[in-house]
Amino acid sequence: MASPLGQSVTLHDIAARHLHARHRLLQMLREVQASRSYVPEEAIQFFAHVLNLPIAHVRGCVEFYSFLHTTPRGQFDVYFSDSVTDRMAGSEIVAKRLADRLGVTLGQPRADGRVTVSMTSCTGHCEQAPAGLANGRVFTRMTEARIEKMASLIEHGVPVSEWPAEWFHVDDGIRERGITLETFIPPGEAIRTALARGLPATLDEVERSGLQGRGGAGFPVGRKWRGAYETKGAHYITCNADEGEPGTFKDRVLLAKYADELFEGMTIAGLLVGAKKGYVYMRGEYEYMMEGLQTVLEERRAAGLLGENICESGLDFDLRIHLGAGAYVCGEQSALLESLEGKRGIPRVRPPSAVKIGLFGQSTINNNVESFVQAAQIAWKGAEWFSDHGETKSRGTKLLSIAGDCQRPGIYELPLGITVREVLARCGGENAKAVQVGGPAGTCVGRDEFDRRVSYADLATGGSIMVFNDLRDMVDVARQFAHFFAHESCGFCTPCRVGTQMLKHYADKIADGQGTQRDLEQVKSIGEFVKGYSHCGLGETAPNTLLDTIKRFPEEYTSRLLAEADFVPDFDLDASVTESRALTGRQDQLDQVHSD
Amino acid sequence: MNAPTEQPARLTVATCSLAGCFGCHMSFLDVDERIVELAQLVTFDRSPLTDVKHCSERVDVGLIEGGLCNVENVEVLREFRASCRYLVAVGSCAITGGVPAVRNKFTLESCLREAYIDAPGIDNPHIPCDPEIPLLLNKVRPIHEVVRVDYVLPGCPPPAEAFWELLTALIAGREPELAYEHRRFD
Repeated sequence: MASPLGQSVTLHDIAARHLHARHRLLQMLREVQASRSYVPEEAIQFFAHVLNLPIAHVRGCVEFYSFLHTTPRGQFDVYFSDSVTDRMAGSEIVAKRLADRLGVTLGQPRADGRVTVSMTSCTGHCEQAPAGLANGRVFTRMTEARIEKMASLIEHGVPVSEWPAEWFHVDDGIRERGITLETFIPPGEAIRTALARGLPATLDEVERSGLQGRGGAGFPVGRKWRGAYETKGAHYITCNADEGEPGTFKDRVLLAKYADELFEGMTIAGLLVGAKKGYVYMRGEYEYMMEGLQTVLEERRAAGLLGENICESGLDFDLRIHLGAGAYVCGEQSALLESLEGKRGIPRVRPPSAVKIGLFGQSTINNNVESFVQAAQIAWKGAEWFSDHGETKSRGTKLLSIAGDCQRPGIYELPLGITVREVLARCGGENAKAVQVGGPAGTCVGRDEFDRRVSYADLATGGSIMVFNDLRDMVDVARQFAHFFAHESCGFCTPCRVGTQMLKHYADKIADGQGTQRDLEQVKSIGEFVKGYSHCGLGETAPNTLLDTIKRFPEEYTSRLLAEADFVPDFDLDASVTESRALTGRQDQLDQVHSD
Repeated sequence: MNAPTEQPARLTVATCSLAGCFGCHMSFLDVDERIVELAQLVTFDRSPLTDVKHCSERVDVGLIEGGLCNVENVEVLREFRASCRYLVAVGSCAITGGVPAVRNKFTLESCLREAYIDAPGIDNPHIPCDPEIPLLLNKVRPIHEVVRVDYVLPGCPPPAEAFWELLTALIAGREPELAYEHRRFD
C-alpha cells in the first residue's frame, strides 16, 4: 500500500532482498506497491526479466490480488472494511463522509494523487467496526468525528505514522477463555515434551485427541499428519493464517497473543515429518502484526527452538511469514499453496491432496492457526486434556468470533456441540432473528433452529458467527454476500465466475424491488448449479446464504416481488443509448412502450 | 397462400434476425427437404423466408437470431415478443450477444472513431448522425435481458437437427429435448 517512502527502494534492492526467488514474487510486488503506490509496467518487466518468468505471469499476479494496482493509488490509500457487520456499524457512512470531505470518488485516486478511498472485503476486526486500513495500518472504531480529523490530516499530508495512536488500537476482544486461551506454553516446552515422549507417540497423542481442522472443514489433524508422516520425500509445513471468511477474527488474536504456541505446533509437525521449512501464510490485512511475529521468531531462533538442531534433537526446522495481498480465495488450501509459490491464487485440481503433493510439489501439512496452537497444547498436555471437552464427534473447544447485533461481540472459546441459543445467551444476542454460522460460506439459521449445535456434525464454522436482529433485512444481507463472492471469485471456472455474477445481478434486482417470482426461481436454479459444478469450495458455498434465506425467510423475499408481472426486464432503453446520444447529439424520442 | 387443410390447429411460426449474421437462418434451412414436410405442418408467418414484415396478431412459435445492438433491434424484439406464444432465442448472439458483443470491451466512442474517423483512407471523417440510422446501444445485449425467453437453441449456429427437434416437439405438444451433440460443441 502507498506510503510516503517514495522511490528510494530500487527494484534491484527488492529482488536482491528476496534472493531472486520466484516464489517470493508476491512479496516483491507488495513492496513495490508499498513504496510506489502501484506496480508500474517497468516493475512488471523487471521482475519478469530477473526472475526469468513470462511477463504474463507477473502481470497476472498484479491483476489478481486486490491490494496490488497497475495504476497509481493516492499517497494515502484508505480502505474501509465492507463486511456486513462493518456496514451495520456504519462503515458506509464513514467511508462516504471521508470521500465527500476529500472530494474523491470511492475507488478512484484524487486527481492530485493525494488520496484514494475504497471499500475492501472484511478486514477481520468486526467486533471493533467500522474498521479499515490506512496505508496498510489497521484502524478500528472509526467515527464521523475521527473522519473529520482524518480528512484534515490527509489534506495536510501528515504521515499515517503520526496519526493518533488510539485510532490504530486493536483490542484482543477476548470475552470468554477456555482451555486453549488459558494455556500458555513456556517457549520450547511442548517441543521438549514431544521429543521426550517420542515424535511418533506425539502423533498418536494428536490423533487420539480427536482434534479436527479449525479452519472449518474439520479434517482430522492427526490423520493429516499421519498421511504426511507416511509419505516419503521432502516435506513442508504451512499455516493458513489467511482468515478471509468475513466475520472471522479469532486467528488475529492467536497471532497477536499466542504466536509461540502457533510456532511450537508448526515446529512439532515439522520435526515429526522431517520438514526443514515452514511458512505462515498471513493475510495482507494483518501486516501490522508482522513486526511482533518476527520478534517472536528471532527469540525462538536465539533460544534454539528454530533453526539447526532444535532442542538438541539433531533436527532442523525454520519458519517464514508470507503476506497475502487481498484475495479471499487464498484461504482455500491449494490456492494458498499456489500463492505461496508466487503465483495467482487459483485453486488446484484435487486430488492429489496437499499431503501427497503440496507446496513445491512436496508433501505438505497445511493447518489453520488454531489447529496448530491446539496441537502444540495437546503435545504438551496430552490428548485427554483436550478430548474431555466437546462432544463425541467434535472434540475440544472452538474459538468463535461473534459480531453483529449482540451486546458483547468478541471472541469466545466454547466447547463444540454448544447450541446456537446458548452462544447467543453468552454474547447477549437473545433478540436475534437469524444467525449466520461460518460466514457467508456457512449456514444461515432462523429462530426455530437455535437449538442446532455448533459442531462439525451440524453447523460447522471456522469461527464466524454473525448475529442479526429483527430490524435487519435478510435479503440485503444475502445480497451483500452475493456481491462479496462475485468480487472474490478467482475467475478460473465458469460456473463460479459467471454464476456468482448472475446471482449478484438477481439479488440486486430482487432487493431493489424489481424482481419477479421467475427471478427468485432463477436464483434457486443458478444457485444449485453453481454449488454443484464449481471447481473449489468458494463456488460450492457461494450461493448458500441466498438459498438459506430464501428457504428460511421466504416472506422477506416474496413481499418485495412484483406480483403482477411474470417478467420485468432490468433494462432501460433511454439509459442504454446515452453514449450514442452524446456522440451524435441526437435526442430522438424512443418508443418506450413495453410490449411484454 | 396454402389451401385450408383438415388440421385447423396448425402452428404458425415466425422467424426474425436482429444483430446476427443470418447464419442461424441458413442452418435452419439445412433441414433440407424436410422443409417441405414442415411447410405442411406449420404456417410460416413473418420471416425473411416469406418476406412478411410484421407478425400476424397471434404467432405460436417465434425464432429469433441475433442480439441487440441498436434501438431498432429492441423495438423489433418487443413487437415480436408481443406476438409470439413461445419465443425461442436462437444461437450465440441471441443468447449471449455473441460476436457483436465483442465491442462491449470498448467504449462505443472508440469503436466509432476506429470505424469512421481514425481508419486509413477515410474521406470526410465524422461519426454518422442521420435520424434514419437507429441509435446504437451502449452495450450489445442478449435478448433475455429485455424480454422473456421461453426456449433456447444454443450453438453458432445451432444445427438443423436442433431446429427440427424444437419444432416437431412443439407441434406434437411435447417438451423439446436436444440430444447432447446438438447442444454441446466443445
